[in-house]
Amino acid sequence: MTLRTPASPEELSRVLTSAGYLPDTGLATAGFLALRLGRPLFLEGEAGVGKTAFAQALATATGTTLIRLQCYEGLDASQALYDWDFPRQILHLRTIEAAAVASGERVDTEQVEASLYDRRFLIARPLLRALEESPCVLLIDEIDRADDEFEAFLLELLSEAAITVPELGRIAAPTPPVTILTSNRTREVHDALKRRCLYHWVDHPSFEREVEILRTRLPEITERLATEVAQACRALRELDLLKPPGVAEAIDWAGALHALGAQKFDVEKAAATLGAVLKYREDAVRVHAHGLAELIKK
Amino acid sequence: MIEVLVGFARCLRHAGMRVPPDRVQAMLAAVDALGVTDPAGVYWAGRLTLCAEPDDIATYDAAFAAYFRQVTPPAPVSASGSVSRIGLPFQLDQVAPRAERDDPEVIEEPAASDIEVLRHRDLTQLTDQERDEVRRLLTLLAPTPAPRPSRRRRPARRGEIDPARTVARILRRVGEPAPPAYRRKSRKPRRLVLLVDVSGSMAAYADALLRFAHAAVRRRPSSTEVFTVGTRLTRVTRALRHRDPDLALAASSRLVPDWSGGTRLGEALKVFLDRWGQRGMARGAVVVLFSDGWERGDPSLLADQMARLARLAHRVVWVNPHKGRPGYVPLVAGMVAALPHLDDFVAGHSFAALERLVEVIARA
Repeated sequence: MTLRTPASPEELSRVLTSAGYLPDTGLATAGFLALRLGRPLFLEGEAGVGKTAFAQALATATGTTLIRLQCYEGLDASQALYDWDFPRQILHLRTIEAAAVASGERVDTEQVEASLYDRRFLIARPLLRALEESPCVLLIDEIDRADDEFEAFLLELLSEAAITVPELGRIAAPTPPVTILTSNRTREVHDALKRRCLYHWVDHPSFEREVEILRTRLPEITERLATEVAQACRALRELDLLKPPGVAEAIDWAGALHALGAQKFDVEKAAATLGAVLKYREDAVRVHAHGLAELIKK
Repeated sequence: MIEVLVGFARCLRHAGMRVPPDRVQAMLAAVDALGVTDPAGVYWAGRLTLCAEPDDIATYDAAFAAYFRQVTPPAPVSASGSVSRIGLPFQLDQVAPRAERDDPEVIEEPAASDIEVLRHRDLTQLTDQERDEVRRLLTLLAPTPAPRPSRRRRPARRGEIDPARTVARILRRVGEPAPPAYRRKSRKPRRLVLLVDVSGSMAAYADALLRFAHAAVRRRPSSTEVFTVGTRLTRVTRALRHRDPDLALAASSRLVPDWSGGTRLGEALKVFLDRWGQRGMARGAVVVLFSDGWERGDPSLLADQMARLARLAHRVVWVNPHKGRPGYVPLVAGMVAALPHLDDFVAGHSFAALERLVEVIARA
């Protein structure tokens, strides 16, 4: 597999659009520089603005696969980098023993030990897999959910595209994987990690772009429904809610309204599908008090 | 062109952004990759490589506009001092060097009984010499919450069997049975969030409380967060990470635009929860509010936000200096609104009261 690298940010923007993702200038430039300079890209932004979707679209646009590592607290090297396949190692050992007994030969312990720590007994977890399958897009999702011990594992990978396995030595990728890290900023990520990356803050899209995104992701809905849902979501973001809706919620909402047969923003159907866009009871109460019909008034 | 870009990096440093040399290198590479003819390209190349957090972006935008519009060499940004300083830009001349302040002639070592009296005296009624002594005592406090269980497991002598290490032992003995290895969930420091009211009614206590916060940050820099609350909310954690308490306080007071102003607790708390708390900073944390509860804004907003905070946090502690006065009854609207949502309500008017607070935090 080869990495298709675009010649300019505009070209990347075009291929991403045809992959179903509409980036703005900043994000397209960020993606272009990540590809061109081989530097990891660190994306921050509100939940649901399309950080994860960007990595997926980038994989499609560059004609490679996406390898995803979802971070969580307690994530450690054996789940993220590699692990030894102990049952197979023991089985291998027993086989050598049985063969030695049958043939009556003495077992060379050093040789046995060396054969036990062979690449074939190593289980590749997402990060090692990304190095071995590179070129590919590696998505390290929600790095802020992992604890800071885990960030240290990433430093060698991010700056040198290599992992050191003590028993085997250094495993390096000939071409570094295109690495995207995302964070929702639940905690401050260490400077040492950020320094190795390009940084981009992903904002909510402009109104026109959001309409375009809805039309691209849901080609079956009417133009009027797309426009009005985008308008309503923009109004919701100004309502000072606990969780303002992102693009992901806008897509869900438009999809839900369409599933109910709506051709336009219908107050009754909108009330029935409000759960697709608002995830807190307090927010729903506030929007009902504000009036759903108000949302699409200019 | 390189000189222009390096000059721009210097201009950003003047504006208070941290721009290490490797970031400048990255910017040069990025400008090279995008081509220099396009101003938008230069803008994005710089922003993607030099900024490290959302707060940097506003500083960057202002500096970019100032630097690239004028043809003359840089520097006016720092000279005017109009750009807000973020991070730790110290002006050492504002604070006397450490050696001078620690001059043994100035501070006489008080006797033990004096300290005992001092410990219980209200922080607003100290002489200069007593204040220095209390400041010294404050640096000795170590406010840290009890650790919480982590999802990460560590090798241990007892606990559950660790399959990976057990099998590794067996392999090391070339297949002979080996004693099992054990592992245990490790413990992590629980996050401590301090919200310090710096409005007019709390001004007399603010210095001591921020020193208390500094002691907490020094103890656990990565799991402690400090904000000041007044008419707005300011994050001062970074400034307080400096080792020396006086420098740390000077740096944080330069960040705070609303010293001794009014209080809009409800609104400030809402900003805290929207921008930081709900995303994770308050989740499972011990949150301590230092305030007398004088609320200029709507008390019902404060009540809503306190309810929200109580749902997120592990424990909510309110420290009110007036509670230490005999016959104190919480009658202030803000305090009444907050009371139902508190786990602990303690005084914070004297050094002894702050020591008790350390215990409350440690028990949390």
